[in-house]
Amino acid sequence: MKNKIILFLTILVCFMLQSTLIGSIAIASITPNLPLILCVSMGLLRGRKSGMWVGFFSGLLIDLFYGSVFGFYALIYMYAGFFSGYAHRVCYDDDIKVPMLLVGVMDFLYSVAVYGLQFLLRGRMGFQLYFRRIILPEVLYSVFLTFFVYRIFFFINNRLKKSSLKKESESYWILK
Amino acid sequence: MKNNKKFRIKLKSKHLLAIMTFFCLAAIVATFASGRGPTELQNAASRVVIPFQKSMTSMGAFLRNIRDNFRDKQALLMENEELKVQLESLISENNKLIQDQQELARLEALYDLQQEYNNLPTVAARIISKDPGNWYDTFIINKGERDGIRVDNNVIAGRGLVGIVTQTGPTWATVRAIIDDASHISAMTVSTNDFLTVEGDLELIDEGKLYFEQLYDQDNRVTVGERVVTSSISEKYVEGLFIGYISDIVQDTNNLTKAGNIVTPIDFRHLRDVLVITRNKQDYLDPDAAAAYVSFVAEPEP
Repeated sequence: MKNKIILFLTILVCFMLQSTLIGSIAIASITPNLPLILCVSMGLLRGRKSGMWVGFFSGLLIDLFYGSVFGFYALIYMYAGFFSGYAHRVCYDDDIKVPMLLVGVMDFLYSVAVYGLQFLLRGRMGFQLYFRRIILPEVLYSVFLTFFVYRIFFFINNRLKKSSLKKESESYWILK
Repeated sequence: MKNNKKFRIKLKSKHLLAIMTFFCLAAIVATFASGRGPTELQNAASRVVIPFQKSMTSMGAFLRNIRDNFRDKQALLMENEELKVQLESLISENNKLIQDQQELARLEALYDLQQEYNNLPTVAARIISKDPGNWYDTFIINKGERDGIRVDNNVIAGRGLVGIVTQTGPTWATVRAIIDDASHISAMTVSTNDFLTVEGDLELIDEGKLYFEQLYDQDNRVTVGERVVTSSISEKYVEGLFIGYISDIVQDTNNLTKAGNIVTPIDFRHLRDVLVITRNKQDYLDPDAAAAYVSFVAEPEP
């Protein structure tokens, strides 16, 4: 329970940072996508289910305040978290290159989804321009930010793991 | 605690994903069907989030002030140079306006509009947070229903139209900027009263421009530098709010209508304070609703 509350607070803080202070580190009015970094990191660190829930709630917050269609961002972020959860068993989570690569791929897919479903369907065809002007800078900037932010998420997750391990079995460390 | 665990349903993550996907799709369909989001949920969430956003924004402003104080002289000099160039172009544009006699007469008419503009009831508000993505241009202001703000209220800043209120809560409101890709405004030119449609376009946001189309101007009387204001036939925008100047015009291939770009005088990237007009266009059209609203303002419920 305590874990869930801490996770939810992290989501809330990320959302609020993203909608207020992140504007001051924007380069050419492009901001990195902090909620996406969070749900990709949590997917990688904690598995598919966790990634999915974190993504769902991050997206839900955005939907509540800014979305034109309720449920749209929740869906996209949820899938981003879920798919990065596949890397949980395959990759080591203490290697910074893995989350950076994952964030790059997921942010790209996220942007393409937003473009495809909200712009292309309204007849905005110039994908190249959107790609150059928004998608590529956002992906690069998000990957760059992951380098710094991932350590914080890693630390939070370590604390969560420790507290739950202590509760479940004290003998864990002896067995190892 | 142990009893609880016995009854917990274990779901595979795949199945959970399918259920949540279904939930999200249902929510999307519901939004399309009803045309609005879950208001109660929004209000509950806003009670938690909005106060924090307010304090974070003011903290950000404080930090920015400190940084600005340390800004080096070189940057200021460069900015001065830039402003001089800008002033130069503005002066030449102004001259052109003065030379045009007809324009002058129309400007006098606009002056009357401006007077009306001053008589509109407004509420000053501060922008507390911005849309988290890079695709849209919406923001939240720190005034809401308690200050008399309603959906469809027009939002202006010192020099012109900024946007329109799309959602409200007790202490906050969401505003969609006119440069947002989903924004459409019915507008007209000041000197010839020709109607046109002004749209936000993500491809033009960097240049601070808007896109316009459907301008019917057979005699080529509309020129570059023409002032564009919100039209008298718009359903949502109060008449005569200044949108911007036409910066280029192209004849459409159908040889009937024209399209082009409009430069807005508002610097959306550094916008901090706005004015909300608390009278909707619909109030003018529906006097009963307006009367009810006026009595609401005069005697707010305890």
